[in-house]
Amino acid sequence: MNSGMAQRIPEGPVASGGMAERPDVGKLSVRGVGKIYDPEGAAVVAVENCDVEVEAGDFVAIVGPSGCGKSTLMNAIAGFDTITSGEIILDGVPLATPELAPRPGPDRVVVFQHGALFPWKTVLENVTYGPMVQGKLSGDEAHTRAMNLLGECGGLDRVADTYPPQLSSGMQRRVEIVRALMNDPSILLLDEPFRAMDTVSKTTMHRHLLQMYRVCRRTIIFITHDLEEAVFLADKVMIMTSRPGTIKKSLDVTLSRPRSTDMLTSEEFRELKLQLSATVHEEAKKAFARGEREQA
Amino acid sequence: MSAVEEDVKTVPPAGRATGRALRPRRLGRFLPSWRATSSVVAFFVLWDLMVRWELGGFAHISSPLAVATAFVDGYLASADYWMSWWASFQRVLYGFVAAQLLGIPLGLLLGTRPLLNGLFYPVIEMLRPIPPLAWVPLSILFWPTTELSIVFITFIGAFFIIVINVHDSVRSIKNEHLWLARSMGASPTRIFLRVIIPSVIPSIAVGMTLGIAVTWNVVIAAEMIASDSGLGRLTWEGYVSHTGPVVIIGMISIGLAGYLSTLVVDIVEKKMMPWRKGH
Amino acid sequence: MKDLLTSKRFWLMWAGYALFLLIWYGSTNWLPIAAFNRLPGPIEVITEWVNPDPFYGISIFTAPYYTHILYSVVRATSAFLLAVALGVPLGILMGWSKRFNEYASGLFGLLRPIPPLAWVPVAILLFAQPEAAVVFVTFLVAFFATTMNTFVGVRSIDQDYFRAAECLGSSPTQVLRHVIIPGALPHIFTGLQIAMGAAWFSLAAGEMIAAQYGLGFLVFESYNLIQFPTIVIGMATLGLAGYISSALIRVIGNRLMQWREQALGMEG
Repeated sequence: MNSGMAQRIPEGPVASGGMAERPDVGKLSVRGVGKIYDPEGAAVVAVENCDVEVEAGDFVAIVGPSGCGKSTLMNAIAGFDTITSGEIILDGVPLATPELAPRPGPDRVVVFQHGALFPWKTVLENVTYGPMVQGKLSGDEAHTRAMNLLGECGGLDRVADTYPPQLSSGMQRRVEIVRALMNDPSILLLDEPFRAMDTVSKTTMHRHLLQMYRVCRRTIIFITHDLEEAVFLADKVMIMTSRPGTIKKSLDVTLSRPRSTDMLTSEEFRELKLQLSATVHEEAKKAFARGEREQA
Repeated sequence: MSAVEEDVKTVPPAGRATGRALRPRRLGRFLPSWRATSSVVAFFVLWDLMVRWELGGFAHISSPLAVATAFVDGYLASADYWMSWWASFQRVLYGFVAAQLLGIPLGLLLGTRPLLNGLFYPVIEMLRPIPPLAWVPLSILFWPTTELSIVFITFIGAFFIIVINVHDSVRSIKNEHLWLARSMGASPTRIFLRVIIPSVIPSIAVGMTLGIAVTWNVVIAAEMIASDSGLGRLTWEGYVSHTGPVVIIGMISIGLAGYLSTLVVDIVEKKMMPWRKGH
Repeated sequence: MKDLLTSKRFWLMWAGYALFLLIWYGSTNWLPIAAFNRLPGPIEVITEWVNPDPFYGISIFTAPYYTHILYSVVRATSAFLLAVALGVPLGILMGWSKRFNEYASGLFGLLRPIPPLAWVPVAILLFAQPEAAVVFVTFLVAFFATTMNTFVGVRSIDQDYFRAAECLGSSPTQVLRHVIIPGALPHIFTGLQIAMGAAWFSLAAGEMIAAQYGLGFLVFESYNLIQFPTIVIGMATLGLAGYISSALIRVIGNRLMQWREQALGMEG
C-alpha cells in the first residue's frame, strides 16, 4: 500500500467547495534565468533574466505571443534543455544552473502541445507507463490506480483499451494529463495543451482540468497565448515578452475557487483582463513588427 | 494586489547576433567531420592490412595503393577508359530519359482516367515485380542491336518506378482541391495544368531519384552479361582476365558515375521545385 | 465475396489481363514483324508451363523447376534475413546517436553510391565461389535499403515522444523498447518491402551473371539453349516470387502494427 500516494489523491470525489490538502512539494523558484542558443556562433538570446516564483500547489499561467521564449523556459524547467545563466530551484534543491545540466524526470511531467500519447500503446498502457517503467508499481497496482484515476477524470476508464488516435483530441489531452498525474509529479507542466481546439472543446477541457486540479492539487505551470484562458484557470498570471523573453508582468488572480463559467462575464474578470491585455498587445505588436514566424 | 514588475529595459533586438566575429568555423561546415573521415580512413587501412596478410579471399584482391597506381598509370589517360564512361552514360541517358518521357504521361493518363486505370494498371502491377534483368534474353531476341537491347533494359528499370510514382500521386490528390477548382469554373484542361501537374511534381522527383539508382545497377549488370563496352564490361573483364586492380577501378568508376548522375538529377529536381528549401 | 463479383474494378482488372494476353498473342502471331515473331507467345508459354511432359523440361510438374525456385528462394531469404539482422540495429544506432551517425555516415556515403551489382566481380574474388558472392551482393542491396529506411524511421519520430518518455522516467533501454522500435516500425517495414524487392532484383542479376541454378540462371540458360518459352516461365516465376515475398512482409507488418490498423479503420 503506497501511503505516500494515498495522501495525495483522495479515494472518492472531493466534497464540494473543499480543496484537497495543499501539497508540501512543488515550490519552484526561477531566478535570473537566461538561455542563449549557440553562444559561440550566432548567439541567439531566447530568454533573459526570467524570474518566476511559484508556491507549492499554485496554478500559474504564463502568457505570451508566439516565439517569446515561453517554450524555452518550460524546457528548462522540465529538464530538456540547459540554461546559460541564473538558477532553477525546486523545493530547495537546485535543478539547473549554467554548470548543472538539468535532467527530465517524473517530478516534473509535461503535457505537450501536440499531444505525446504513444499511439502504439492503448490508453491504459500509456497511463500506466510511467510508474511501471520506474518500477514504482507492479502491473496490478498500476492497473487499479490507473482505472481509478481515469474514472475520476470524467469517465475515461471506458476507453482504457482504445488507441489514442481513435479518441477525440480533447479526450487525448485528458488522458495525457492523467498519465502525468499517475507519476505524482511535484509540478505538472502544460505546454499550450488546448491551443488547437475549438471554443466548445476548450471550455469543456477547462472544466475537466479544473476538476482534476480539485481532485489532485499540485503545482501547475500552464503555458498559453490565450489571456482569457489564463485568467480563468490560474491563481497567478505572468506575461512574457517576446525575444528576448523575460517576465514583464505578474498578476494574482483574485477570483475564488471553484471557478465557474459565469465568472467569465463578471466585472472582476474584466478588470483583471484589462490590466493584462495592454501589456500583451504591446508585446504582440513588437513581435509582429519583427516578423516573427508563427510557431507551428 | 498586483505585483507589477519593472518594465523590461531596452534590450538589443531579439535574435540578432551579439556582434561576435564570424569564426572560420563557417568553412568547417563544408568539410566532413573528423569522425566521418576517421571511419573512412579506418576502412582503407583495414582493406590494406587484409590484403597484406592475405586473409581469406583478400589474397585475390589488390591493395588500395595498387589500385591507385594502376589507375594513374594505365587508365587516367587512356581513351578507351573514358570511352567506357561515355558508353555507359549514353545507355543510362537514353534509357532513363525514355522512361521519363513515356512513363510520366502514362502515369498521368492512368491516374486521371478511371476506366484506363482499372483496365491497365493491374497489368503494370503484375509486370513490375519482374526484375528488369530478367528481360535481357527477350530484349536481345527482339531488338536488332545489342545497344538497343541494353537501352531497353535500362528503360524498363526506370519506367515502372516513374509510372507508379506518378500514378499514385495523381490518385492521392485530395478531391477537395479538384472540386474547388471545378466550382470556380475551371475547365478540365485548366485543372489538369494548374492543379494536377503541380501536385505530381514531387513524386516525379522521387521517381527520378529512385529511377537513376536502379538504372545504373541495370546498365552495368546488362553490360556484364551482354555487351562489349562500358564500365560494367570493363569491370567484368578485369575479373575474367585476372587483372586485380581493374576490378576495383571499374567498381569505383561506376560508383563515381552513379554519384554524378544523382547530382545531375538533384539539380533538375531543384529546378522543378524552386519552393523547396532543400531537405 | 458478392461485392467482389459485382464490383466494376474486379471485372475491369480481368478485362485488362485478357487484353494484355490478346496484345501479346496478336503481336507475336499476327504482326508481320520478325522481331515480334521471334518472341514466344502466350499460348506456347502457358501450354509449356502446365505441361506434365514439357518440351524443354521445365514446368510445374517437373522437379528441376522447383530446384531452381528453391535455390533462388533460399538465397534471397538468407540474404534478406542477414540484411535485416544487421541493418535494423545499425539504422537504429545511426538514427539515435548523433555521434555514431557521424562515424557511420562517412563510410556509408562512400560505399552507398556504388551500385551493388558492381560488387559482383569483387565479391566473386573475395568469396572464391559464385554462390556466396551472389548472396553477398543481394545482401548488400537489401542491407542499404533496410538501414536507410530504419534510419529515416527513427529520425521521423517526433521529439515529443522522446521527451515524454524521458520525463516519465524511462531509461535508455526503455526508450528503445517503448518509443524507438514502435515509432520506427512503419518506416522499417516499408524499408523491408523495398529491401525484399531490391533483393530479388539483385539476385536475378547475380544469378544471370555468375551462378548455377536459380531462376535468374534459368532465364539466361533458356536463352542460351534456345528454349524461349522457358524464358518467360522463369520471368513470371521471378515476378511471382518477388510479389509474394513483399506481400508476406506487408502482412506481417500489419499484424505487428495493430494500432495503425485500428486507427486507419476508424477513418473508414
